[in-house]
Amino acid sequence: MLCCRKLTPPGLLEWCSPSEQDVQGPQRLPLTPGDFCLWSHARLPLSDTEPAEARTGDQKCVKCKEGLPVVVIRAGDAFCRDCFKALYVHKFRAMLGKSRLIFPGEKVLLAWSGGPSSSSMVWQVLEGLSRDSAKRLRFVPGVVYIDEGAACGQSPEDRARTLAEVKLALQTTGFPWHAVALEEVFSLPPSALRCSAQEAAGTEGAYKAAVDSFLQQQHALGTNGVERQSQHCAQDPQSPTGPPTTAQTQALSRLFDSVKTLTAKEELLQTLRTHLILHVARNHGYSKVMTGDSCTRLAIKLMTSLALGRGAFLAWDTGFSDERHGDVVVVRPMREHTLKEVAFYNRLFAVPSICTPALDTKAPEKASIHRLMEAFILRLQAQFPSTVSTVYRTSEKLVKAPRAGCAAGPRCLLCMCTLDVDTADSATAFGAQTSHLPQMQTPVTQARAAAGPCCCAGMGGAPGCCKREDPRAQVMEQLCYGCRVNMKDLPSLELLPPYILSEAQLRSQRATAEQEIREYLLGDSEDEAGTGES
Amino acid sequence: MPAPQCASCHKARAALRRPRSGQALCGSCFCAAFEAEVLHTVVAGRLLPPGAVVAVGASGGKDSTVLAHVLRELAPRLGISLHLVAVDEGIGGYRDAALAAVRRQAARWELPLTVVAYADLFGGWTMDAVARSTAGSGRSRACCTFCGVLRRRALEEGARLVGATHVVTGHNADDMAETVLMNFLRGDAGRLARGGGLGSPGEGGALPRCRPLQLASQKEVVLYAHFRRLDYFSEECVYAPEAFRGHARDLLKMLEAARPSAVLDLVHSAERLALAPTARPPPPGACSRCGALASRALCQACALLDGLNRGRPRLAIGKGRRGLDEEGPPREPQPSRPLTSEPVPDF
Repeated sequence: MLCCRKLTPPGLLEWCSPSEQDVQGPQRLPLTPGDFCLWSHARLPLSDTEPAEARTGDQKCVKCKEGLPVVVIRAGDAFCRDCFKALYVHKFRAMLGKSRLIFPGEKVLLAWSGGPSSSSMVWQVLEGLSRDSAKRLRFVPGVVYIDEGAACGQSPEDRARTLAEVKLALQTTGFPWHAVALEEVFSLPPSALRCSAQEAAGTEGAYKAAVDSFLQQQHALGTNGVERQSQHCAQDPQSPTGPPTTAQTQALSRLFDSVKTLTAKEELLQTLRTHLILHVARNHGYSKVMTGDSCTRLAIKLMTSLALGRGAFLAWDTGFSDERHGDVVVVRPMREHTLKEVAFYNRLFAVPSICTPALDTKAPEKASIHRLMEAFILRLQAQFPSTVSTVYRTSEKLVKAPRAGCAAGPRCLLCMCTLDVDTADSATAFGAQTSHLPQMQTPVTQARAAAGPCCCAGMGGAPGCCKREDPRAQVMEQLCYGCRVNMKDLPSLELLPPYILSEAQLRSQRATAEQEIREYLLGDSEDEAGTGES
Repeated sequence: MPAPQCASCHKARAALRRPRSGQALCGSCFCAAFEAEVLHTVVAGRLLPPGAVVAVGASGGKDSTVLAHVLRELAPRLGISLHLVAVDEGIGGYRDAALAAVRRQAARWELPLTVVAYADLFGGWTMDAVARSTAGSGRSRACCTFCGVLRRRALEEGARLVGATHVVTGHNADDMAETVLMNFLRGDAGRLARGGGLGSPGEGGALPRCRPLQLASQKEVVLYAHFRRLDYFSEECVYAPEAFRGHARDLLKMLEAARPSAVLDLVHSAERLALAPTARPPPPGACSRCGALASRALCQACALLDGLNRGRPRLAIGKGRRGLDEEGPPREPQPSRPLTSEPVPDF
């Protein structure tokens, strides 16, 4: 019986048979034809043995083979400065280009948090739009910054200081900018929660036609058009509401203080932030929003969403484009950039960023699911370096499909995804046994084995038998599973901003009314009523 | 403060609080509720029709012990008959002790017991031999990969031996949650697409499998075993620390601490994953060697054994499976002297 040895650098295979081992020691035995098939066998498992030792010290950039490498990304690919920059920019452009979602001349809102990823994204857009870049980007950007200091418990002085820095940074970009305080959620209209009719998705032909016509336009306008574009950049910001009132700040602090767990706080913050950004986008005519989520962050977000019960919506939460809001599409162009690449790029090319404390700054690792998952993934990544890219690749295989047999049903009040809770469902409706704690008045879902049945939304039970007057139950039944679990940590729903509560009431009134006239309606009234959202 | 009254019978003092609902119940009411829920799972999912001959995969651990006990209680109502099938993987110091527990249970409950051993089914390969064979390459031994696949096959064989029509295993909700986490971390889109149901209906000649305890949380399983005073074997496998599942398990424990409903939320997520059609595994055919269900030319068990027999144990592990199609002369290991890699002399 023969065994194979590790390949020695010259590539020679030395092997011996056990019988001769103790007599003659290892030696290269002459190869007979009969040995060849075994030899080829033995050569094959190169992948199973240790990889050849990397020769350090005289490594060159793996791309251009000339420059001195400055950064190693992925597993051992060393890049020189220029090649790294080229790769980075190419990834960004390719992400935008191959999706064919951003039409030329379109207004795109960049959601900037001050952090490294979104700063890098803004920087890429800046550079991409500059006249001397090859193949300029063709959309019209604006930047929005949400001041979340009240939710994070910052003092007014810190907030003012941060805001001044932010304004300075925004002005230097030259884009039209909007600095909005989170307190403005209290003045949002209920239409912020409605998903307007979507425009027809651009087909290949439509995109190409749009590009051609845009180029023709540019050509016809000549230099004038270019001048006009640059003038747009120096526009003043529009902030008609001014700084937030103390009452609003207090209301926001009260809301966030009343939430019992950090997990629910973070989710609530994200929800409110999304609504606010969408509102700003809609108000100023932006049809796309770009967020700077990097590959690492999206991998963590995917696993977190899994743990929060949002398995049905993973494709929307972590995919490249998120169209659940209808008229405004959220796009994630930094999707393939790992956090390491972003950090190195920012350092090498001096991309400015502003560090502000977030909700979970200095929180212990076990404080929230988000923190836990982040720590876990990063720790696992240290041991298995392909973890993040594996999760990312798996996320690419997810599709935005509703469950089989489930037509476009009502949407969640907060996250605007199609509701994924139905009583016809096996596992969780049953196993939950209404995991309600004694202080909740009405059960969220009902136990199938329970004696007294109680109707649930959409099941067409006797109207009025459910306690619909209870506002909490009213809101809860319009939420998806994940949002319901989050809202359980919010003991009093009255602290929520008024636009959420009024929209909830409106929807439930409409549902009750529809229930009453259901037997008289011909066909599917959903289309005419616009799925109750218009 | 004295314990509250049982919320169900209002007579006895409550002895526990159910982990999910926080309801205070006395021991017997809890056991009754647990059994009722399992019954409901089986009936609602039409998992075990009347007249079924059910092979219970018994490992001696808490899940399979509770499963066997509950099914034994429910057997008259469901109209099924039970057989215990235990698998001997040949892990010294662990499996023999577990098998002793299974034998005690079988004697106490008067259920017929069949023990199938890897050594008999798979040509002399015990798990210890597999571990020795895969050791030493600097990478993980991947023992659990072998054990899992081969145990499924062994369970199937054992079930056929006793003439069973269905196979049940004791997986609980925590196992499901760990599985979905693990599959995402390893990028196993095929398993993600397949999983999430209550078992498999048994395609292509394989026996239908199901997991009646799938909706019960692990804590409740332990509570049930405690209140019914069941005797089970509670040590973990010798090779368990090497398993990747350990990471998922740690994560799940931490998630549960941060949010008690985490297990339920994960199960909910797992059921609703929507994967692209290309990511799903191809419709299964039959293995060219043994005729069992397989998505490729060779079923996984045959492929793994092939690799072992050829002295290249990692042949069927991971993607690519290079060299699998080369039909080299398969060599059986000697039963008395299992295949080991010779000590490597220094060059």
